[in-house]
Amino acid sequence: MSALMRTSLLTSWQGWLSLALSLAALATLPLLDPDAVARFAPMALFAIFALSIAGAVVSFLPLPPLFLAAAIFVFCHLSTSILISGLSGNEGKAATAFFLMIAANWLLAWRCVSLLSEIRTRSRFADGLLGLAIPAIFGAWLLILWEALTRGFGVPFILLPPPSSIGLRIAASLSILWADVQQTIFKAVLAGYILGCSAGFVVAILADRFAFLRAGLMPIGNLMSALPIIGVAPVMVMWFGFDWQSKAAVVTIMTFFPMLVNTVAGLSASGTMERDLMRSYASDYRQTLMKLRLPAAMPFIFNALKINSTLALIGAIVAEFFGTPIVGMGFRISTEIGRMNVDMVWAEIAVAALAGSLFYGVVALAERATTFWHPSNRGG
Amino acid sequence: MTYSVVSARNLGLTFETGDGLVHALSDVDLDVKKGDFVSFIGPSGCGKTTFLRVIADLERATSGEILVNGMTPEEARKSRSYGYVFQAPALYPWRTIENNIALPLEIMGYSTAERASRIERTLDLVNLSGFGKKYPWQLSGGMQQRASIARALAFDADLLLMDEPFGALDEIVRDHLNEQLLKLWERTQKTICFVTHSIPEAVYLSTKIVVMSPRPGRVTDVITSTLPKERPLDIRETPEFLAIAHRVREGLRAGHSYEE
Repeated sequence: MSALMRTSLLTSWQGWLSLALSLAALATLPLLDPDAVARFAPMALFAIFALSIAGAVVSFLPLPPLFLAAAIFVFCHLSTSILISGLSGNEGKAATAFFLMIAANWLLAWRCVSLLSEIRTRSRFADGLLGLAIPAIFGAWLLILWEALTRGFGVPFILLPPPSSIGLRIAASLSILWADVQQTIFKAVLAGYILGCSAGFVVAILADRFAFLRAGLMPIGNLMSALPIIGVAPVMVMWFGFDWQSKAAVVTIMTFFPMLVNTVAGLSASGTMERDLMRSYASDYRQTLMKLRLPAAMPFIFNALKINSTLALIGAIVAEFFGTPIVGMGFRISTEIGRMNVDMVWAEIAVAALAGSLFYGVVALAERATTFWHPSNRGG
Repeated sequence: MTYSVVSARNLGLTFETGDGLVHALSDVDLDVKKGDFVSFIGPSGCGKTTFLRVIADLERATSGEILVNGMTPEEARKSRSYGYVFQAPALYPWRTIENNIALPLEIMGYSTAERASRIERTLDLVNLSGFGKKYPWQLSGGMQQRASIARALAFDADLLLMDEPFGALDEIVRDHLNEQLLKLWERTQKTICFVTHSIPEAVYLSTKIVVMSPRPGRVTDVITSTLPKERPLDIRETPEFLAIAHRVREGLRAGHSYEE
């Protein structure tokens, strides 16, 4: 027991540091500048320190990691939420002790995450939950630090709004955001992505089949990838009008080349032995393509699909800067920044990031289902 | 009466490389009779694999002539008259073992029911029954190579070409597979051409041993085995076996030049 105690005393260095920061904060009280309007109530002040110190002390106890992690999680986040709620009306008035306490709680959250990452379970479901909890705590702390720093230091809204006001903006403009997502993602991105990827794929197959196409098309494909999107987007607006079709055309141009190059590389990925095998069966071009070369090219094709999923979003948003109807994510960003509504710009950025990650995630899931046999996927 | 499954006359093959011409094969005369088990043995660069690949129409001879089943190698390949087993299993990782065996059957247009019965039969031939649903990467190297033999046996080809199929396996597994291969040869009545660089393997398996030597690749000796058809593993300690092995070794030494 004493040995266990000793090891947990040693391993929880975050606990020790957190404790030290709490004591330093106590020595440099108050939490807010003397001219702050609304001060912390004595009970709140007591709770902030009591919870944080309790979290640090708990982290030394020789208890099961899951229990420890849960206790630390509750203590440090309660303390943090009281701290941050005390900032209302006191923006820019936070004193050294305030940031020391944020740091103390952040260290405890770190301890909590490292405890969670050490847990080995036997069920896949529990592993999945843990796999979600760890990045969730990480992400939450990114937002907490952002919130505490922007509001604590009183960073001008125009430079960087705190995540809470971005969140409020998102909640208040759901219908606008949804309309923008429909315009930009469901129309321009998806149409362009499907067109560009399938065109790249088809041309790659043709280039593979006919040598003269390979010699002629590859340099042109290369040229297309070098076209500056800033130059192409207005031309596409001239050709296809202001609506989503011109954005889809830009996305098509952007996604075409990665798919072409990757598919061409993938088609030559099968080994000579496997091809000799097909030859020994007197297999024709189509059979060899369908049964050997395309399956072998799948990792490459999915690589292109993943690259293109993010490229397409960037392409569509940027293309909307060059003439669009009064809806769309790129349109919103370009007009709202002109009206100094930075929170709306950030709301669009957040939605774009979320949509992009979802898109990427769906493609990655499809990849794992399709190329489960590839050495890089077998283990997991 | 037995006819020649493979017959080569003055066969030669030259590769053009950056360093000039390489004579991979020169003046090879050889007949493989139906039902033979012929081993090709020699040091690396002696053209044994090249010769097998010429039979399979994976390389083209540059001089002389060769007939496979009375046809040119190309015609023989197009009429699917041989199964080829490579040095590595070359199983497709995205297909299960049974679907790997189904691969040539799909290409050659066998019906679904026919495919199923052939998969079952060939899996049984190579003692892999029950492993059909596994993926290749879930099996050991020896099992993978057996699966690749099953794949070559699945369709109706009387000729089996094997290019050092057990070269990458350890001695114990190799002994076991050699024993199984002999049984399989007896059960299926196929003609087998087998490339190896192991003297005991060649002597143990073959009815006929072709000794080759490099630069240029040519046949230095053709030994007809006097061993009985029934061959337990310990036949390898009999004087008869050792005598044949000795002759193979002599043939290899005679053809080997040390100037390289």
